[in-house]
Amino acid sequence: MLLRHTTAAVAERSALTVNPAKTCQPIGAMYAALGLNGCLPHSHGSQGCCAYHRSTLTRHYKEPVMAGTSSFTEGASVFGGQANLVQAINNMFTIYEPEVIAVHTTCLSETIGDDLPQIISKARDDGKIPARKFVIHANTPSYVGTHVTGYANMAKAMVDYFAEKNGVRSRAVNIVPGFVEPSDMAEIRRIAGEMGITPILFPDTSNVLNGPLTGKFAMYPEGGVTVSELTRSGSSKATVALGRLAAGPAARAMDVKCKVPCHILDLPVGLKKTDEFVDVLRQLAGVQVPDSLEVERGQLLDVISDMHQYLHGVKVGIVGDPDQLIALTDFLVSVDMIPVHIVTGTPGKKFEKRIREIVKDVPHRVNVSAGGDMFLFHQWVKNEPVDLMIGNTYLKYIARDEDIPLLRYGFPILDRVGHSYFPTVGYRGGIRLLEKILDALLDRKDRDSPESGFELVM
Amino acid sequence: MSDYIEGIMDTECEVIDPVEVKEEMIVRYPTKVARKRAKQIVLNRIGEEGEVPPIQANVRTIPGIITQRGCCYAGCKGVVLGPTRDIVNITHGPIGCGFYSWLTRRNQTDADASPDGHNFMPYCFSTDMQEGEIIFGGEKKLKQAIQEAYDIFKPKAIAVFSTCPVGLIGDDVHSTAREMKKKLGINVFGFSCEGYKGVSQSAGHHIANNGIFTHVVGTDDTVGAGEYRMNLLGEYNIGGDAFEIERIFEKCGMTLVSTFSGNSSIDGFANSHTADLNLIMCHRSINYVAEMMEKKFGIPWLKINFIGAEATAKSLRKIAAYYGDQKLMDRVEAVIEEEMLPVKAAQREVRPRTAGKRAMLFVGGSRAHHYQELFSEMGMETVSAGYEFGHRDDYEGRKVLPSIKIDADSRNIEELEIHPDPERYRPRKRPEEIEKLKAAGLGVADYEGMMPEMKEGVMIIDDISQYETDKLIEIYKPDIFCAGIKEKYAVQKHGIPLKQLHSYDYGGPYAGFAGAVNFYKEIDRMVNSKIWGYIRAPWKEHPELSGSYAFES
Repeated sequence: MLLRHTTAAVAERSALTVNPAKTCQPIGAMYAALGLNGCLPHSHGSQGCCAYHRSTLTRHYKEPVMAGTSSFTEGASVFGGQANLVQAINNMFTIYEPEVIAVHTTCLSETIGDDLPQIISKARDDGKIPARKFVIHANTPSYVGTHVTGYANMAKAMVDYFAEKNGVRSRAVNIVPGFVEPSDMAEIRRIAGEMGITPILFPDTSNVLNGPLTGKFAMYPEGGVTVSELTRSGSSKATVALGRLAAGPAARAMDVKCKVPCHILDLPVGLKKTDEFVDVLRQLAGVQVPDSLEVERGQLLDVISDMHQYLHGVKVGIVGDPDQLIALTDFLVSVDMIPVHIVTGTPGKKFEKRIREIVKDVPHRVNVSAGGDMFLFHQWVKNEPVDLMIGNTYLKYIARDEDIPLLRYGFPILDRVGHSYFPTVGYRGGIRLLEKILDALLDRKDRDSPESGFELVM
Repeated sequence: MSDYIEGIMDTECEVIDPVEVKEEMIVRYPTKVARKRAKQIVLNRIGEEGEVPPIQANVRTIPGIITQRGCCYAGCKGVVLGPTRDIVNITHGPIGCGFYSWLTRRNQTDADASPDGHNFMPYCFSTDMQEGEIIFGGEKKLKQAIQEAYDIFKPKAIAVFSTCPVGLIGDDVHSTAREMKKKLGINVFGFSCEGYKGVSQSAGHHIANNGIFTHVVGTDDTVGAGEYRMNLLGEYNIGGDAFEIERIFEKCGMTLVSTFSGNSSIDGFANSHTADLNLIMCHRSINYVAEMMEKKFGIPWLKINFIGAEATAKSLRKIAAYYGDQKLMDRVEAVIEEEMLPVKAAQREVRPRTAGKRAMLFVGGSRAHHYQELFSEMGMETVSAGYEFGHRDDYEGRKVLPSIKIDADSRNIEELEIHPDPERYRPRKRPEEIEKLKAAGLGVADYEGMMPEMKEGVMIIDDISQYETDKLIEIYKPDIFCAGIKEKYAVQKHGIPLKQLHSYDYGGPYAGFAGAVNFYKEIDRMVNSKIWGYIRAPWKEHPELSGSYAFES
């Protein structure tokens, strides 16, 4: 057994986290910053933070992830990191020539209280920031929130630093995707495009973290929202945030700063949540939903109806981030699956309330934990086994020990490919999710059914 | 071009002048940066006495330069203590550090090798510090976390690893550990391995060595059975390397008391002082333990290397020569003869395809040296190499130790004062025996470093930056580049394969005889892959338009 010390008896814990279902803010900020065209993310802390974040993002995307670090030593930790950051800014602009440097803090620089705006303005005064180049920042203390919060904070920093109201409302719509895959960001853009809308999508990591092999390494890939798009975003007619936790703060900041009204929705995962997204876009842009999207919707519904017998009553355990879990739970419930155990490591009171609302008609007791960990989840699974688990790669240890099929979904996925190329949002993403769920369930059925009951057609 | 430099031919048969390459590498840098990097980029030259030019190493990384390096915590918790299966390792800090070091280094272990079957390696334990603890202190939560870990898991030992904020807010992990040790009656010890200490992972290795030596080594005097009892130091069982080495030792009739720390148990550390010889694999990460054990217990150490079949054979002969026992020497020769048969066959198989290919290695604190052995066994040439966190002695050999300046960053890492243990000190060899072994070229307590074994004119680059990596690739177009996960895909976008030598790209083992064969096959696959030939689409080869009129058909 891999997790041989995990027993079914759930012991009370108040101080020890075991097998976390979350990680820290800065990695989310680094990921969001990569969704800004020509941007070099920078980690203001010890160099290990940067190394860890780059490694984890690289393992998940199998793509280059470039970022700088302030390389704090003991001296910098005592006297403050200003000299390190000013020097880093100078070095990065000189050597790597980014358009923007997006600095995020760490628990180290936050604990000593480095004042980022002051340091950035010092760098500007010292002439270390070339003309028409930018340094932006987000405060991302690792001891508050999680990687999702870090993503939200960096997305918000894009608004804080760049969005401008020029007095004339454009017809553009801003879309802020939550902490989702590059493929999901591209799909969100495509859906808007089908409706005749060219959105300002930020952050946008498509064509950054799912780039082609060309024989040439581009430090700054083609993708990402541009500074000029972000500047214009303050004049857009509306902002749609997809994912309350990860995308909400940027959209609200846009509303406050530039009076662009915001619509904060759940991630468009599954039929109903995609319907909500499409319907809001339709109303905002004043357009008809095109036939092409109606067809996609119908196809998703068709798959659900064709395979409903294999989905109905299937018990599922899921671990992930709040925005994903809310939308996914809604999808599972909508196809009559039963989410039995739901765990996120990201704390939040609203989360449990929203999940309870979604599962209120589910004919089964549902365990929910916000701020839980995978050790607790595993104990729940031991007490009440499930037919399927959905979550990141770390769940594979539980999947093997308990012999339960696993669908990899969320962050990080360290041992499979596909997530960065094939979306799980929108109607098509819903079909892909169902395909994956059914593959997992039916492969298991094929493996386990007795020879006399082995089916050719399913 | 300096006359001593052997020109390295690139694919177009132009001679690359490393002096010019170095110039080109640093010309873009701001003046101060260029001046510093110039001391860390050295063209190898071997003098008559085997002396090599000095290289600046183990110094601060330049902020913003994009380094490969990690931090002190990573070196302590991740590298040295990570591979030990039966210690509950609690990261005291916000969640990230514990999360990122959770199972990512691929240390394998045989959990059923200990009678109690304890294995906590698939678990991540953290105090997950929140803002309240940063403000009011985290000792209370740490104490509670240790209690909970004990109550739920009943381990033999609990270790606590400090992250950056812990040092800043002044939590005393050592006194907390002492208190809990007394309360729980098991070994509990702490490490002040805050990420900002030192200049790289290397500081963490040193801190880990000190901690293990202080709290564990020598706490169990049971002398186990077996002849030729040794410890293997600086072997971390990535991809099963330790399993292969253990297999070879067993076949040779040698007894492994403890490995620091691949496939290890804390019980092994506790009685490691009963061994008669320490073998050092990774000199950088563990030489401190070897030196301290020599002083306190009288155990001599040998630098060996089990990466490369020839290197493995040479190391086994060194061990046999150390014991000076004909029976052992004969057995070692028999093992080498038998094991080398499939190795030679594999070499004959791959060499027609690999000979003459060029490799670059920028990794770790000893791997960039060790893996050159494997490449040369395949007829491949190492055209440039460097360490991520090595010190000057890893480059130039231990003879430079007296001349290394101790800077402020190194001074912050505690150097333990060690005296012979009044009861346990027992010199395994008399001084004259040691001298005799040294005279026979056994290299007792010595490491000659990487540079003396490399060709003249090759570029040695310490703590290479992303910019320098790109330049090297553009100019030299090597056949393979060896580094880590952060470098992998940037290099491969250039159309050049990158072999990860931290994680082995999830393959291995590469140590010992069987490992060498695995490595030959893997590198053959990589340097002769047809994948890179697909980069240009056919329409790029023949861009002219062609068409036909309807009446032609």
